Amino acid sequence: MKKLLLALASTAAVIGFASAAAAQEKAKVCFVYVGSKTDGGWTQAHDIGRLELEKQLGDKIETQFLENVPEGPDAERAIERMARSGCGLIYTTSFGFMDATIKIAQKFPDVKFEHATGYKSAPNVATYNSRFYEGRYIQGVIAAKMSEKGVAGYIASFPIPEVVMGINAFVIGARSVNPDFKIKVVWANTWFDPGKEADAAKALVDQGVDILTQHTDTTAPMQVAAERGIKAFGQASDMIAAGPKTQLTAIVDTWGAYYVKRTQAFLDGKWETTSSWDGLKDGILTMAPYTNMPDDVKKLAEDAEAKIKSGELKPFTGPLKKQDGSEWLAAGASSDDGTLLGMNFYVEGVDDQLPK
Amino acid sequence: MRIELEKRAKISALFSILSPFIAFLLTIIFGGIMFALLGKNPVTALYSFFVEPLSEVWSLHELAIKAAPLILIAVGLSVCFRSNNWNIGAEGQFIMGAIAGSTLPVVFYEWQSPLVLPLMMLMGMLGGALFAAIPAFLKAHMNTNEILTSLMLVYVAQLFLDWLVRGPWRNPGGMNFPETRTFAPDAILPELIASGRTHWGFAFAIIAAILVWFMMRYTLKGFEISVLGQSERAGRFAGFSSRRMIWFSMLLSGALAGLAGISEVSGAIQQLRPVISPGYGFTAIIVAFLGRLNPLGIIAAGLVLALTYLGGEAAQLSLGVSDKVTRVFQGLLLFFVLSCDTLIHYRIRLVWYRFTASDLDRSR
Repeated sequence: MKKLLLALASTAAVIGFASAAAAQEKAKVCFVYVGSKTDGGWTQAHDIGRLELEKQLGDKIETQFLENVPEGPDAERAIERMARSGCGLIYTTSFGFMDATIKIAQKFPDVKFEHATGYKSAPNVATYNSRFYEGRYIQGVIAAKMSEKGVAGYIASFPIPEVVMGINAFVIGARSVNPDFKIKVVWANTWFDPGKEADAAKALVDQGVDILTQHTDTTAPMQVAAERGIKAFGQASDMIAAGPKTQLTAIVDTWGAYYVKRTQAFLDGKWETTSSWDGLKDGILTMAPYTNMPDDVKKLAEDAEAKIKSGELKPFTGPLKKQDGSEWLAAGASSDDGTLLGMNFYVEGVDDQLPK
Repeated sequence: MRIELEKRAKISALFSILSPFIAFLLTIIFGGIMFALLGKNPVTALYSFFVEPLSEVWSLHELAIKAAPLILIAVGLSVCFRSNNWNIGAEGQFIMGAIAGSTLPVVFYEWQSPLVLPLMMLMGMLGGALFAAIPAFLKAHMNTNEILTSLMLVYVAQLFLDWLVRGPWRNPGGMNFPETRTFAPDAILPELIASGRTHWGFAFAIIAAILVWFMMRYTLKGFEISVLGQSERAGRFAGFSSRRMIWFSMLLSGALAGLAGISEVSGAIQQLRPVISPGYGFTAIIVAFLGRLNPLGIIAAGLVLALTYLGGEAAQLSLGVSDKVTRVFQGLLLFFVLSCDTLIHYRIRLVWYRFTASDLDRSR
């Protein structure tokens, strides 16, 4: 036993030195994931971004990650372990890691942190998010053109501002084409649960919707839509494989663009804390190919995309009314980002009560 | 051919002591083989799994934080399991304890006094105990199966917490995100020693384990628990009431799970969130059996299991292996511990067997 321990310790010491030497050559960039890197949705999109980063800057950096990290004290430990193991830049890719990131950042002022989708920052903590709602607006435009009944179904995860914002953007896009368009919402109360998502999809189809969209991460709703012969939109990743004749388009998270930009700044010594909220024009989200639709609809969608990219079209622009009929934005006025990030009300056209 | 387990006439005292070590050695060997098959150096892998987390002070603190709720819950469960009451719902009692204790810092957040913390702990225990009282009542008076009722109440607790933090208890300054306000300083369990994050929850766990060990070993109550667990009939002849035992064991384990819940929330998370436990209540069942339902063994088992979590992270970072490897490793450990323990009490016998016509008839 003693010999074994000795052997263990000495090998470990050698390896320890070796990895310390390697770390001096390359900067370490680390990622904390809330899910599995092969979840087919949110975390996988971040991991694809990490691989993109390795591809582009692989000669100057190495990346490491921890997956399936539960939010709470476990996240704090995981982040601290990274900071201690020599990571210079740490991306924490879930909203629930916010307080843990801030706490550890205070302890390690020389390490830089980037937290996804949160609202707390510090001199060494930047936040980043993606304007997913721009893609949802385009989906709404397509839905209004494609739907015969004028009703779409929306499978939502949790009533947080991010999701409410997406629902509203979809409705606003749809109503820009068909002012009577309505959507029905089912709250699945999960980000990732094929069974629940499929049930929600079936319930919506039974209520008579003929287009489905989702703010959850599995392909189950897409499959239900394919079985029932209606059209649907993909989420987070291109889900065309689950519905070759069903998917109209999908919002694809392409975090790589942001990761490369920020890591380059870090390497150049120009990293500063920011609150970044990039959109279609920055390449942080892209639309999957417009498929299964007539050419005129495709043209309309491409126009909307081009206008959003150029800044000519802002989805949250008046005249807009809230669900109860009261005025929200006057004609020509656009919402500020603060209102969007704390959004807790529906616009007109949503056939649902926001869970309180 | 058939494999039979035959009870040994005499249990070897030596192997009773050696068995956990043999199990550990087997885990290391097979774990090493697994890492070799994955193309990783087994020595580095095992080093980062078992030694690296113990080599730094901060990491030892993290070990204590991770082990504290496991030990606290498992100690309570050991009393339940010993007395033949199968409380599977510790996860729910953990959550209800956390909710009950958090009433003060969330709803009455303006009241600040040194009394807040002790009251929170008491309310946490009360919350857990009351929630465990439901399956206790159902079993004691309606003869329902406590495995089912306690398990199903876990979902009730999880959804209740979910509703609270998204609805009435949501932080008004939190941008509508589902979490409560963060606790004020006098509602936060202080750190035990200055060198790291370990809070008083770990002390509670150790104290509880020692007290329960003392009770089981030296008091009439402990004797009553063992007797009723082994044979209810014999217990009745001795004048023990199995109905009262249901109440006692369920309330005790509920209170300890509740204390674990409020300690975790107050010491480590410092607010309520939709999810406050990565399954501590269920993992504690493993810890209880790993510690052979002995409170002192449970302390060791809790630390070992916590070590595999920390080691799994270290291995992920240093080797780039998937976190699933951690689960496999925990599975290996548990498998070998339980099988080694089984082989102390039983021997394996191969029964060579010839088929006869009557066997064929029977199987038809």
